[in-house]
Amino acid sequence: MHFQLTDDQRALQQGMRELLAGRFDRDALRAAVERPGTLDRALWRELGEAGFFALRLPEDDGGVGLGAPEAVLLFEEAGRALLPGPLIATHLAAGVVKGAADGSVVVTQADGPLIEWYEAADAVAGEEITDGATVPVRSVDPLTPLHRLHEPAAAGDPLVGLFTAAEQLGSAARTTEMAVQYAGEREQFGAAIGSFQAVKHLCAQMLARTELARAAVYAAAVTGDLADIASAKLLADEAAVRCARDCLQVHGGMGFTWEADVHLHLKRAWVRKERWVSQGALTELLAELLVEVG
Amino acid sequence: MDLTYTEEEEAFRAKLREWLGQVLPTLPPKPDPNDWPGRRTYDMGWQRRLYEAGYAGLHWPVDAGGQGATPTQHLIFLEETERAGAPYVGANFVGLLHAGPTIAAEGTAQQKQQWLPPILRGDEVWCQGFSEPDAGSDLAALRTKAVRDGDEYVITGFKIWTSHAEVADWCELLVRTEPSAPKHRGISWLAMPMDAPGVTIRPLRTLAGSTEFAEMFLDEVRVPVANRVGEENDGWRVTMVTLSFERGTAFVGEVVACRRTLTALAGEARKNGRWDDPALRRKLALLSAEFAALWRLTQWNVSESEATGGVPGIGGSVFKLRYSHARQELYDTAAEVLGAGALDLDHEWVLDRLSSLSYTIAAGTSQIQQNIIAERILGLPKGR
Ligand SMILES: Cc1cc2nc3c(=O)[nH]c(=O)nc-3n(C[C@H](O)[C@H](O)[C@H](O)COP(=O)(O)OP(=O)(O)OC[C@H]3O[C@@H](n4cnc5c(N)ncnc54)[C@H](O)[C@@H]3O)c2cc1C
Repeated sequence: MHFQLTDDQRALQQGMRELLAGRFDRDALRAAVERPGTLDRALWRELGEAGFFALRLPEDDGGVGLGAPEAVLLFEEAGRALLPGPLIATHLAAGVVKGAADGSVVVTQADGPLIEWYEAADAVAGEEITDGATVPVRSVDPLTPLHRLHEPAAAGDPLVGLFTAAEQLGSAARTTEMAVQYAGEREQFGAAIGSFQAVKHLCAQMLARTELARAAVYAAAVTGDLADIASAKLLADEAAVRCARDCLQVHGGMGFTWEADVHLHLKRAWVRKERWVSQGALTELLAELLVEVG
Repeated sequence: MDLTYTEEEEAFRAKLREWLGQVLPTLPPKPDPNDWPGRRTYDMGWQRRLYEAGYAGLHWPVDAGGQGATPTQHLIFLEETERAGAPYVGANFVGLLHAGPTIAAEGTAQQKQQWLPPILRGDEVWCQGFSEPDAGSDLAALRTKAVRDGDEYVITGFKIWTSHAEVADWCELLVRTEPSAPKHRGISWLAMPMDAPGVTIRPLRTLAGSTEFAEMFLDEVRVPVANRVGEENDGWRVTMVTLSFERGTAFVGEVVACRRTLTALAGEARKNGRWDDPALRRKLALLSAEFAALWRLTQWNVSESEATGGVPGIGGSVFKLRYSHARQELYDTAAEVLGAGALDLDHEWVLDRLSSLSYTIAAGTSQIQQNIIAERILGLPKGR
């Protein structure tokens, strides 16, 4: 057993972080917020060239030939950076929908009652969606356009759950960092607010939530087991939403502004929480397994 | 990231299982929780069997009398012994998990020779005399003083919450040897024989009804200077080197046990009809996710310490914080499953519920754990 990142995995993670720091920095993020519904196609192709979509395709099929653990590391980075777009649907469509693998087309997929990026996407994977089957939703997340389906689609591949959990993990880690950084800088009562225990303990709980979710998400990526993925999704959803909330609290009034990035993390975390299988169905699944084991 | 065990690790597991299968049926019946001499005999008898089978001090270094096993083998050991229902370390906790490792890391060759083999063989019990009435979370404020008199220290003071004091042979004792130094710099670590004249033990009853810990009055107790581990006034560092051990693997077996308890809770709820309550099912499911993740975090931490050569990383404090809380939630949920049965002390889960209340206090309270995470891991400024 060696449950730690390998050197190659670390390098992959680092490479993705650098790519996004260069191509999707804070300015790009804020610019995207001002252009709702439009995707940066050049960036999409660059992601394709970097192997983001073809990561798990066999090398013989022109892919990178890596597995779910590596994909999870990339989605974690995407979640950290709040990278917009139907990343998971396009990744899963690689090798199935032409052009998905190299990022030349944008693929989305219905997920339960919702579909993300319906208008911007070139293709919809899975069941066909006829015009008139969807209505636009005024999406709470400025970076995720949403449509509602009249007929909810079936719950997707467990990999949708796993990769969503990875994005949530990245977001939780990022809001924890943001809170810690702000707590070290902002001064009140003549001291950094991070020296106050009430603030410290919020930050400590954020780290604990994030690191526990990390262990669960990485393990689920390695085993691919449905119960592991369900547990990881629950913990990562909780980590992303709760950490964004605590990050907002640590930022005080600033946290309530459009200008601060905190709300973007919180809103995306809400969107991701709805993906794949509902929270209620996930807990029922785990409860059922407890009985089966016993 | 690899969660599969190597052939060697699986062979280790298989051999251990086989041995457990043979030895467990030969154990005497468990003693009553209030029968301390009986508990000592039982716990030490188990340690003796481990010793004879070559499992004592599994992960201790070979020069300390250990087996030099890898952290992963140690994890397998803890997992399998718990699965098989083997006894816990019990009275051997301090010897095996704190005093022993401290001596192994900081003691002289002679000290190791004197104290480690009896711990491994199950001959001697150790207790931990750190906390005092006015020095709990602020341990470094301790005042029990040791004054040098030739080649002896003369010790006077008052310790409290000393677990297993009634049956211990030795105490790892923190004393103040330099009253004028800053509080962390005037402390020394001593091995005190519990039968030394001037040591008085007064058992304290816990809220669970039994006497798990005691007050310890020290009145001019004489301890040889040769019993000091590490330099004089360097006792704080000596202690901290191994305090993280406590947080690292001390609860591994318990996580395995908690997962089994969850399954049993589901079974019981099915039987008594409470399973029909979706709120209860949801609680059990969330606990199942939590404990599954705690187990993965343990594997992560063990792999990390294997890679860094034993230095516990950030995982230890995170684990302690979440686990102690989760354990309390588990037994509160057990009480929901039991309904009126949760008021019956004869039910195992009710006693476990009571004892779970100490988890957010002992070995560093949850508040202190959060201070540690915030200041040492996240680097937030020290507060007042
Ligand atoms: C079952 C059990 C077994 C034990 N066994 C041993 C043993 O064998 N040997 C031994 O030496 N000790 C032992 N202890 C003692 C244990 O280590 C202490 O109880 C613990 O360190 C807390 O100290 P205290 O009880 O004095 O509480 P206090 O330190 O007085 O804490 C009281 C409350 O104040 C909070 N608090 C204190 N300081 C801070 C701070 N800086 N920031 C925020 N909150 C703070 C605490 O979190 C707690 O909620 C045991 C305790 C228990 C419960």
